Amino acid sequence: MELLYFGDKGWGDELFFATLMTIAVSITAMIIGFIFAALFTPLKLSNNKFLNSIGNAYTTVIRGVPELLVIYLFFFGGSGAIMFVASIFGYNDYIEINAFLTGSFSIGIISGAYSTEVFRGALQSIDKGQFEAAKVLGFNKYIYFFKIILPQMLRLAIPNLSNVWQITLKDTSLISVTGLVEIMRQSYIAAGSTRDPLFFYSFAAVLYLMLTFLSMQLLNRLETKYSKGY
Amino acid sequence: MDIELMISSFPKLLNATLITLKLLSVSLILGLFIGFGFAILRMNNNKLINKFAYGYSYIFRGTPLLVQIFIIYFGLGQIEYLRTTFLWVVLKEPYWCAIIAFSLNTGAYTSEILRSAFQTIKPGYLEAGRSLGIPSKIIFTKIQIPIAIKQSLPAYGNEIILMLKGTSLASTVTLMDLTGVAKYIISTTFKPVEVFIVAGGIYLFMTFIIHNVIKYLEKKYGFQT
Repeated sequence: MELLYFGDKGWGDELFFATLMTIAVSITAMIIGFIFAALFTPLKLSNNKFLNSIGNAYTTVIRGVPELLVIYLFFFGGSGAIMFVASIFGYNDYIEINAFLTGSFSIGIISGAYSTEVFRGALQSIDKGQFEAAKVLGFNKYIYFFKIILPQMLRLAIPNLSNVWQITLKDTSLISVTGLVEIMRQSYIAAGSTRDPLFFYSFAAVLYLMLTFLSMQLLNRLETKYSKGY
Repeated sequence: MDIELMISSFPKLLNATLITLKLLSVSLILGLFIGFGFAILRMNNNKLINKFAYGYSYIFRGTPLLVQIFIIYFGLGQIEYLRTTFLWVVLKEPYWCAIIAFSLNTGAYTSEILRSAFQTIKPGYLEAGRSLGIPSKIIFTKIQIPIAIKQSLPAYGNEIILMLKGTSLASTVTLMDLTGVAKYIISTTFKPVEVFIVAGGIYLFMTFIIHNVIKYLEKKYGFQT
């Protein structure tokens, strides 16, 4: 238990901040994922064959390739790509991108593919009459989308989105390979310097269990709130 | 684009795919047994047994696979007692540690899939079997299992693909599977995009095959229930 003391003697405070980092990365990744989903869901539902195939390619590739491989792509390729863009603008120094940004971005792209599928499914299961009625009544686009379609879509999407959240939360453990100090990385460091890997990795497992348990509790509440009938 | 690198790395990556497939098939088979066992325990009426099986699947589904591998590979070796038993022969090999972690992980997911498949069988089928005087053993093997297989196929297909992606974590415990070799090539050549296209292509090809096999099986076992 001494190993968990706060301060210089134990690893309590380090692990606490590492947990906060895991939460921060998960939330950022989830938000980036939503942005990707907002871009790709319309493509997947589009009637244009070309746009449709772009949307399908995104979800198929990301969901078919291991997360770790995607992370390596961005970890090794991210700064190269940014340096290439910068060199067009005449900036030739070495640019190192922040591990937090690379991590959240790569996890975000992965979680975005899952979110896209969830939103697509939710939009497709809204009754067609709702779209038609909204159009016939002559609502403008803002009301059409935000007041009529979105609330119905969210209600169908939230149970599946909480699955996406779980996947995203667990995937963040993989960005420890890039050196970002989240739960896994911190446990790795602590295990290395105290030679007590069993304790620290088990503790990491407990932290993840706590995070999944607490977030499920919150999400279930959200689910009941949104699944109320109209 | 460095086409030459893509061509030269292809055989190396293909070779590593064999390890990925070996890891996948062994852990899926072991996981199926574990999952089946725990699914039966989950349907037990004894509360303690039920809770135990639920706890198992909750823990393995609620923590990242990476933690599970690290606990087994780095953690268990720390217990002095284990080093003296025959288990140590298995646990000092990263290959077997990865397989143990993968099997336990996929076992947890499989047990949930099978449980829900068993529980959604309409009670009418079992009642019909019983009223015809069929022994409960035969009801289980000839009625419950075929229906459960059919109902769990789509979800199990997803699980196989998730597990295929999961095997990439073996590279974190020094195994040179497809992802491990891909990472090695990337870090020596600094050409991530080319290697990603080749390795990702191999993974996508495998997911494509798995997807279609499952689709075929779904059609084959697509009897009405």
